[in-house]
Amino acid sequence: MDDTDGRLIVLDPADTVAVARCPVAAGTRLTIGGRDVVLDGAITIGHKLARRAMRPGDKVLKYGVSIGSATAEIAVGAHVHLHNMKSDYTPTHTRTGEAANP
Amino acid sequence: MSFLGYPRADGRKGIRNVVAVAYLVECAHHVAREIVLPHRDRAHVIGFPGCYPNAYAQRMMERLCTHPNVGAVLLVSLGCESFNRQALERAVRDSGRPVETVVIQQAGGTRSAIAAGRAFVAREAAALDRAPTAEMTLADLVVGTVCGGSDGTSGISGNPAAGRAFDRLVAAGATCIFEETGELIGCEEVMAARAATPDLAGALRASVEKAARYYAELGYGSFAAGNADGGLTTIEEKSMGAYAKSGASPISGLIKPGDIPPRGGLYLMDVVPDGPVRFGFPNISDNAEIVEMMASGAHLTLFVTGRGSVVGSAISPVIKIAANPEMYDRLHEDMDVNAGRIITGAAGLDEVGDEIFDAVAAVAAGQQTKSEDLGHTEFILTYKSFEPIGPACLPA
Repeated sequence: MDDTDGRLIVLDPADTVAVARCPVAAGTRLTIGGRDVVLDGAITIGHKLARRAMRPGDKVLKYGVSIGSATAEIAVGAHVHLHNMKSDYTPTHTRTGEAANP
Repeated sequence: MSFLGYPRADGRKGIRNVVAVAYLVECAHHVAREIVLPHRDRAHVIGFPGCYPNAYAQRMMERLCTHPNVGAVLLVSLGCESFNRQALERAVRDSGRPVETVVIQQAGGTRSAIAAGRAFVAREAAALDRAPTAEMTLADLVVGTVCGGSDGTSGISGNPAAGRAFDRLVAAGATCIFEETGELIGCEEVMAARAATPDLAGALRASVEKAARYYAELGYGSFAAGNADGGLTTIEEKSMGAYAKSGASPISGLIKPGDIPPRGGLYLMDVVPDGPVRFGFPNISDNAEIVEMMASGAHLTLFVTGRGSVVGSAISPVIKIAANPEMYDRLHEDMDVNAGRIITGAAGLDEVGDEIFDAVAAVAAGQQTKSEDLGHTEFILTYKSFEPIGPACLPA
């Protein structure tokens, strides 16, 4: 995808997130979904950045299908993870034993 | 694209022509291994270790001994195990293959049984060198896919690239099989939407629900904390990473181990036993999955690995696809395809998918995989129990 930085993989053209191929440092400037953004935090390989702006309740699309729903406003370029999306299937449990997004 | 294979009486064709030496209880394993030693390039050991009877194991052994890559079969029995060796021998003979049974207790012990077995293997291996060949195309091929030793890279490089290869194979008329319903929890609806008929969609959903119940009973969760560290947020996201191996073709049917797909297309294999949890984990290691693919006719298996599995298989070649570029650098002598190039940005998904497709064609035409060349012939078969599939599973 030429609208997205080479350090990110877009798995399907319909996706609202892109996946990091490598660690990307905080403050890095990159293009994603045609927008220039500055990363507010470091991300490591396999983590997701928003390719499209999402509102609470919007489906998060990866592999061209929904992998859950946004739980907060997500701006293009934001890290998408437990803090701003949730499973539509079962809550995701983390090491603390708490459901991260019940 | 055509290549030469080995025609069998049932109409299928093999891409290899090996002598299967099958032990029918662990007590006969040593003798089987010794029989194969001088013929390791032509004969492979397979077998079932249990002494108690099991309908699944009996059926699996019949399917494996009449696999298209097998040209002749030697059964090695201790003599007092409960495996029905007569029924297995009859099934092999009815398939048109040379078959002989060595019963260790009747042959006069270990040394005599090994000598008798080696004489059969030497004779049949020489006969296989003169075996007739017939033209084969990709439409004759059955290809399985499994993943093992997965890490965060498998779902974004190796698995989707294998899915691209599956799409091209299905388009060419091949039969492709994916599996591990326990790793599909959360993508039932996405998968059901690809089913050829509404009844099949229901059967696909039910197979994943069965897997979820089975794993819950074992107390074995699917989403581990380490998954979130690796960037995975939800169970459906993790499952989609495994599911990506299946590509995007319509799903033609749902089979269980040993069911042979009736025609080309994409099939899901339900590997989770039916009924109450009885014999433990559905598949105790990656080779148990590869064996089930072979029992359903897989000529070769694609194996996507992130952490770096080194296994191959008896009977059917395994094409190993490295998902992680760092692992590829360390273990390249064991890896056939470097899908890690998707991670480094050196190649796209389509490019690696094409490379996997080309590797399938080359291996089918006789090129040795890394694990074949290294002499890997792993095999494992354990106890399981299945009900037959229902009519909704294979729509006309």
